[in-house]
Amino acid sequence: MTTTVAQAGNTGQMRRRPVAGRKLVDRLVKVSSWIAAWFGIFVMGFLVYEVIKRGIVAINWDFFTQPTPQDATMTSGGGMANAIVGTLVITLCAALMAIPTGFLGGVYLAEFGRNGRVATMVRMVANVIMGVPSIVVGVFAFGIIVKPVQHYSGFAGSVALAFIMLPVMARTTEDILNLVPNELRESGLAMGAPRWKVTLGVICRAARGGLITGATLAIVRVAGETAPLLFTALSSPYWMTGLFGPGGFFGGPVANLTKTMFDFSGSPYSYWVQLAWGGALVIIVAVLGMNILVRLLFQRGKEW
Amino acid sequence: MVGTTVTDQTSQQQTPTVVPPRLEVSEERRAGGDEDFESLPSQISVHNLDFFYGKEQALFANTIEIKKNRVTAVIGPSGCGKSTHIRTYNRIFNLYRDQKARGEIMMDGENILSSQTDLLELRRKVGMIFQKPSPFPMTVFDNVAYGLRQHYKLKRGELSDRVEHALKRSAIWDEVKHKLNEPGNALSGGQQQRLCIARAIASEPEVLLMDEPSSAIDPVATAKIEELVLELKSNYTIVIVTHNMQQAARVSDYTAFFFEGYIVEFGPTTQIFSNPVQKQTEEYITGRFG
Amino acid sequence: MSTQTEYLAGPAGPRDAAKAATRGRLRLGDPIFRVIATICGLIVAVSMFGLTAVLIVDSWPAITGVGAKMLTTVAWEPSQGQYGALAALVGTALSTIVAMVIAVPLALVIALLLVELVHPTVGRVVGTAIEMLAAIPSIIFGMVGLFVVVPWLQATVVPWLLNTPLGKVPGIKPGPSFAGGGLSVLTAGIVLAFMVLPFITAVSRDVLRMVPQVTKEAGYGMGSTTWEVLRKISLRYANSGIVGAIFIGLGRALGETMAVAFIIGSVYNVLPHSLLDPGTTIASLIANTFSEATSKLDVAALIELGLILFLITLAFQVLAQIWLRRVQRTTGGRA
Repeated sequence: MTTTVAQAGNTGQMRRRPVAGRKLVDRLVKVSSWIAAWFGIFVMGFLVYEVIKRGIVAINWDFFTQPTPQDATMTSGGGMANAIVGTLVITLCAALMAIPTGFLGGVYLAEFGRNGRVATMVRMVANVIMGVPSIVVGVFAFGIIVKPVQHYSGFAGSVALAFIMLPVMARTTEDILNLVPNELRESGLAMGAPRWKVTLGVICRAARGGLITGATLAIVRVAGETAPLLFTALSSPYWMTGLFGPGGFFGGPVANLTKTMFDFSGSPYSYWVQLAWGGALVIIVAVLGMNILVRLLFQRGKEW
Repeated sequence: MVGTTVTDQTSQQQTPTVVPPRLEVSEERRAGGDEDFESLPSQISVHNLDFFYGKEQALFANTIEIKKNRVTAVIGPSGCGKSTHIRTYNRIFNLYRDQKARGEIMMDGENILSSQTDLLELRRKVGMIFQKPSPFPMTVFDNVAYGLRQHYKLKRGELSDRVEHALKRSAIWDEVKHKLNEPGNALSGGQQQRLCIARAIASEPEVLLMDEPSSAIDPVATAKIEELVLELKSNYTIVIVTHNMQQAARVSDYTAFFFEGYIVEFGPTTQIFSNPVQKQTEEYITGRFG
Repeated sequence: MSTQTEYLAGPAGPRDAAKAATRGRLRLGDPIFRVIATICGLIVAVSMFGLTAVLIVDSWPAITGVGAKMLTTVAWEPSQGQYGALAALVGTALSTIVAMVIAVPLALVIALLLVELVHPTVGRVVGTAIEMLAAIPSIIFGMVGLFVVVPWLQATVVPWLLNTPLGKVPGIKPGPSFAGGGLSVLTAGIVLAFMVLPFITAVSRDVLRMVPQVTKEAGYGMGSTTWEVLRKISLRYANSGIVGAIFIGLGRALGETMAVAFIIGSVYNVLPHSLLDPGTTIASLIANTFSEATSKLDVAALIELGLILFLITLAFQVLAQIWLRRVQRTTGGRA
């Protein structure tokens, strides 16, 4: 065996691979990487530009105060106010259902269940839910809320959105709580405080920034969803009228921004399309704005 | 005296002034047996090397000769520039935009700091072992074969022969011969470091740079690595940075003492440790600082 | 752990005082808290099984009534009792493939650029911008797709494409249902690509940044070029993270409704013969026809479509987990 091995330091016995070829490939990759990457970035920037360009025209005082037009001949006036309010209400209700539950579920995963069998299963299931298409969630909410009572409702929409938010909130909470060093837990407990006080008072206070960020981003994410609302909250040209009854939150369809945008985009009336673009701009501003805000407020230390 | 810089003994300053080296060998200050420093072939000749991290200068007019097939140890307190210095030998600092070197480092007749230098070829000739054992995320075999596959055209049989040979020379063959297809980081720390040494020597470099190779591993493994260094020196030129003076004394032929970016003293190891010329060297060696 | 004993063996005063104070106090808080938290955790799991159950139960009439024909026949005419979703399945597959073929290489290349090739500050800023883009709701992609991409493709790209030899290639050559090429599987694929691109790019970038600097230096120290270090070392290190992101992107592309519903052309009864033909996906079929569902069977059929979509995405998730486990084994357990 050793006879075929060259003496150390004597490279003359090994044939060299040409360096020029390797350098050329490296160069090619770098160049095409620059071109392709900037192309991709440009396209994405173009998308944002288009939304701004088309949407800004629609933004005026009426947009935020007038309900959606039902008259196809309108070319001005009218707005998306009822839709915006509807989205806020639906999302808020979903948040009220999902955020506390998800938070406590995350506490369970991080503090109690940890690596036990139940917790591992819960984690796995949460990951699966996060991969479920939002339209399937809408179908589920339809089956469980709309079908039994034979009418659409804003509440059904909230249930669908809550379903999506729940695992996200739980996993985010777990991740953030896991970042809190164990020393903090131990020192809290060593003071004789009960577990729940240590967890809620000490640990969560330490992780406060991350938790608020997680909750906010989860809410913002579902606020922009359309598919779950297609067969649950549907949409409506009117203002929501209270809680019950045909125009109420639990009683019937509720106007919301994304479904209205969907309908208006598909309509043949250019003014309605323009309103839809206005809605798109509002959504982008809200989503990007909240993202930037939470980063600025709570991630000062982190490199971003 | 064998040395490269002279401290102004009368002033209170810590920072030495730089004087061109005057190499003089006398009886008591030879490494091992009789050795004429001047007549030994130099692998690396450094002249007036300056180094900058952005605007901050980290190395000042370093001048040193690394001799072929000898072990040169680089010692000094933390942050004195030891690692920075040897990282100029393979220009690994070029990865970072704000790090710059100025001066002359001659290897095989050319200045490797020039922009014409073929970095790929330089790094084939100069292998590096880092403080933290860093096997690549691949099998043991692929780790060692990495450089071979990259620089050379070899047939399958010759490739595995050379891998085996490198692992044997790194005194790790027996421990891994049944694990060649396991991931590199499944090994223990000391084994990983020897794997990295095998990886470095497999592609037949001329120089081995070792940056505190045993500071992150246990003493038993450290002893193995020191043995390895002594064996390898017959085929490679080795420069080893260490903060462990006993290690430097055990393993090296020549030692350079760095302080705050200057080479305060350089000479045969026996002389540096028994009879240092510079006061600072003596203070460091006797543990008065650093 | 020494830190544990440090804390527990702290100064005698506070610890003893606290201990004395809690002696005799009713410790109800803790068990209640634990139970509540556990219930909330279980709700997550239960909701999942609830979803599966509801989907199966509510689509049962269609499962028994239509059976396997839903997956094998093309004609979707509920008014005539026909529920063939093959066109939707094909459209889903095609649009997803187009999307991934465009998005994955582009994402990797952008991530490479941001991590290795540009000034660190530029990399950070652009990287953050991309993370924000990943948060944009899909309906906006759908709208831009409908009003910007579709007209442009129809007016400019498709006519040009049809004039080149590429236009004769099967798969690009227009089929019987060709409608100008704007509203087509290709358009849907392109819009989907840019919808999943930010997410895959952001994750790839994050994972590539986590490759330890020492390991990369060791690679360069062996005399490798940037590309070689990326290919042989960084990508292996980042492998499972990137593969995971790709599977998540894949899942999104499969189930995406709003970005596709507008622009794929909504042709339910003819299989697309080329990328330039219009078609439909399962998700957009459900979305577009739900309002027309009149009979109980119609509704059940659409719910069955939902179930099918759910099972498809579930299958890919399982596949992803298997793949990831295998990848982790060969690269040495690196997450």
